[in-house]
Amino acid sequence: MAYSDKVVDHYNNPRNVGSLDKDSENVGTGVVGAPECGDVMKLQIEVEGDTIVDAKFKTFGCGSAIASSSLATEWIKGKKVDEALEITNTEIVEELSLPPVKIHCSVLAEDAIKSAIADYKQKSSDGDEA
Amino acid sequence: MELPIYLDYQATTPVDPRVLEAMMPYFTHAFGNAASRSHSFGWDAEGAVDKARKQIASLIGASSKEIIFTSGSTEGINLAIKGAVEMHGAKGKHIITTLVEHKAVLDTCKHLEKQGCEVTYLEPDSTGLVTAEQVAEAIREDTVMVAMIWANNEIGTVNPIREIGAVCHERGVLFFVDGTQAVGKIPVDVGADNVDLMCLSGHKIYGPKGVGCLYVRRRNPRVRIVAQMDGGGHERGMRSGTINVPGVVGLGAACAVAEEDLEKDAAHSIALRERFEEKVLAELDYTTVNGNHEHRLPGCSNVSFCYVEGESLIMGVKDLAVSSGSACTSASLEPSHVLRACGVGDELAHSSIRFGFGRMTTEEDVDFAAEQVISAVKRLRELSPLYEMVLEGVDLSTVQWQAEH
Repeated sequence: MAYSDKVVDHYNNPRNVGSLDKDSENVGTGVVGAPECGDVMKLQIEVEGDTIVDAKFKTFGCGSAIASSSLATEWIKGKKVDEALEITNTEIVEELSLPPVKIHCSVLAEDAIKSAIADYKQKSSDGDEA
Repeated sequence: MELPIYLDYQATTPVDPRVLEAMMPYFTHAFGNAASRSHSFGWDAEGAVDKARKQIASLIGASSKEIIFTSGSTEGINLAIKGAVEMHGAKGKHIITTLVEHKAVLDTCKHLEKQGCEVTYLEPDSTGLVTAEQVAEAIREDTVMVAMIWANNEIGTVNPIREIGAVCHERGVLFFVDGTQAVGKIPVDVGADNVDLMCLSGHKIYGPKGVGCLYVRRRNPRVRIVAQMDGGGHERGMRSGTINVPGVVGLGAACAVAEEDLEKDAAHSIALRERFEEKVLAELDYTTVNGNHEHRLPGCSNVSFCYVEGESLIMGVKDLAVSSGSACTSASLEPSHVLRACGVGDELAHSSIRFGFGRMTTEEDVDFAAEQVISAVKRLRELSPLYEMVLEGVDLSTVQWQAEH
């Protein structure tokens, strides 16, 4: 299967690879997928005020999965949390020209963003209660 | 060194120059139809086909009358299994096969199941091996045939064919063997190995694509099958259709070369395989070689690189032509049915790559390949959340994964 140039670029030069301190209060972590399905994405955000100031990812998966999560971190960095929630998998599909068989990679990336934000919100509401 | 390096010898092989040379005249001036009896064009073609038949028979320990030319192994498999079941329907409709067969056998069996046959699928051990005891236990009164692979195309495991064949003969059951990967790579003697029917394919043994043959035993027992294609009654009525003379000549030449070079080829492939595995295993942790380490095809190395997904690894070793298993199933995203049957978990099956070494592979190729694999795995593990979790001491089997499917 031929990959698009953008997928190859993200695969060869993934943006924002790494990990943030998952115990930090202003860090939200999302881990989606499962090893037996061949895809696991971990996406983390660091939030200051209501802005995502940093994002990191690690992905076990095919080139399209790596590219989708790399692109997701690139897009959410600098966005307000609520803006990041508006990113949809179809935008990722379009940007990376993913073929139909790889659409689930983009779905997973969207899920990873939402899951990381949910984790962050959960943490900050717990913090408010304390 | 030319890039990319071809390391997919179980998918197909290049045509050996000696084979190509033997074929050439039959495309040009010696173009006759081997069935033409009225002129020298036909006689020359027939002579060339007869010679090829002898060369093939010699390699596998058969007589030349027992060789039926086909378009390849898929046709040989269909003809052998369907042809035998159709011939012996009165005896019964039970077939024994294994879970680690090529799709051509599995799908032929599925087809026959729809037509009322019963099929027993033997489960291999964790190395992909099926034993004679398992076969003996599965044989019933109404068993027509045992159909199984000699050497597995994905993991290279070599089955104890001689022992299994002895069981089949003792119990009066036909024994069909898919010899596609084994012939020309390991010693094959259909007489001593108790094989009744066996398919092989030209392009797996440095011959041309689109040609193969089915060995059909003529004595003890005399095997009879029903043709699956009607026509001119070629190949003793078992396979109609004008013989592909250049292809058949190539298949014969490939068998002659394989017979002459069998030991040399095997030693070469084993040395390369071991060189590759030593290098990779020395540099990478959480890496295992699948299949049976004792009974394995010389040139086949199926390796699981934990916590790295196979497709991304293939993308990372862009100068290597490798595959994640069978070429016939590489279009699907499902993990290999062979590794699954061996009890390899889906997560590890997704992390497995098949490396195939052969006659034209060099040490330089292997060294380059090992380096590229090692650096790609290391890079992808830097990207892998699973590898990070394992290094942190997390037991992945206890993690609640959030997956929809």
